[in-house]
Amino acid sequence: MAEFLTVDIWRGGAEGQLQRFDVPRSDNQTVLDVVTHVQKVLEPSLAYRFACRVGMCGSCAMMVNGKARWTCRTHVKKVAADGRLTLEPLANLPRIRDLVADLAPFFDKWQAAGGQFKPQAELGDDFAIVPPSGAARRQADEAIECIGCAVCYASCDVVAGQPDYLGPAALNRAWTLMNDGRDGAQDERLKAVSGAGGCQNCHTQQGCRDACPKGLNPTRSIAGLKRMSLMALIEGRL
Amino acid sequence: MSGRGEMWLFLAQRASAVVMAPLVLIHLAVIIYAVRSGLSAEAIFARTRGSALWAGFYGLFVVAVSVHAALGCRAISAEWAGWRGNRVDGVWAAFGVLLLIAGLRAVAGVIW
Repeated sequence: MAEFLTVDIWRGGAEGQLQRFDVPRSDNQTVLDVVTHVQKVLEPSLAYRFACRVGMCGSCAMMVNGKARWTCRTHVKKVAADGRLTLEPLANLPRIRDLVADLAPFFDKWQAAGGQFKPQAELGDDFAIVPPSGAARRQADEAIECIGCAVCYASCDVVAGQPDYLGPAALNRAWTLMNDGRDGAQDERLKAVSGAGGCQNCHTQQGCRDACPKGLNPTRSIAGLKRMSLMALIEGRL
Repeated sequence: MSGRGEMWLFLAQRASAVVMAPLVLIHLAVIIYAVRSGLSAEAIFARTRGSALWAGFYGLFVVAVSVHAALGCRAISAEWAGWRGNRVDGVWAAFGVLLLIAGLRAVAGVIW
């Protein structure tokens, strides 16, 4: 193991350049450890995001050697065998400063895809019972594990080519709600996910599935939305 | 275009692909058979002239191709070049009609 890592980090916003740092190697070092070392020791003005450090909050994602990753759970030895790291803010999003991307367009699309739960029940109604073994609940079992890190969004070629595409995470969120028996906005949400930037734009390349740090498969959720939208179209509900 | 309209186009492209998949395989088999058997133009015409089967087969093929190719080009131009909107849709619709006319003329040429 080399004593130092050569780390190139994006400095600036939309305009900027890479700045090189030499960071000491250590055992079990994560990419987030590297960034934190740079900010604490070498360059206090470096901007980056993190919170939980244990793969739960989804805030530390960035481009690591050209690939979107959650940095808190990415070991340096796995991604920088040659001792070099290039770190940039998440792709497909505006750059604010250094390693911080503007996630507003990402979460705006969650709203545009009908990402809000709209209950059917009225105040005073009895508790809804959602059996874990129910068919619809099982459809959403995996998709609800999304932590909203935007790694899939930064890895999606359709988002890159078509800025109004809702993207894997927003559509995955919509899929969880389409399988929620308590939700009362099903047709409304199907209209939201089948418009110009909707689910039918997915190329099924599975870049999202490949990159998802949680091992989820948003492509499968999107395929489910395509099926639901087509059925709604044929039945005249769209 | 409305979301509903987009979904109809999505369905049309998928449905035309489903129609085309077996037709492409049969078409390739027909080409290989015709070439390897050394069929002359007369021999081919003798099989196709007045045949409702070949008229139906290639007529359906042409319709499916016209729909599929025009919609595919529309998607590619939107994603790769950012060309979108009613005027672009009109251009690709015209392209589809052109394919349909040219294709059906070719079918008519070997059937009649």
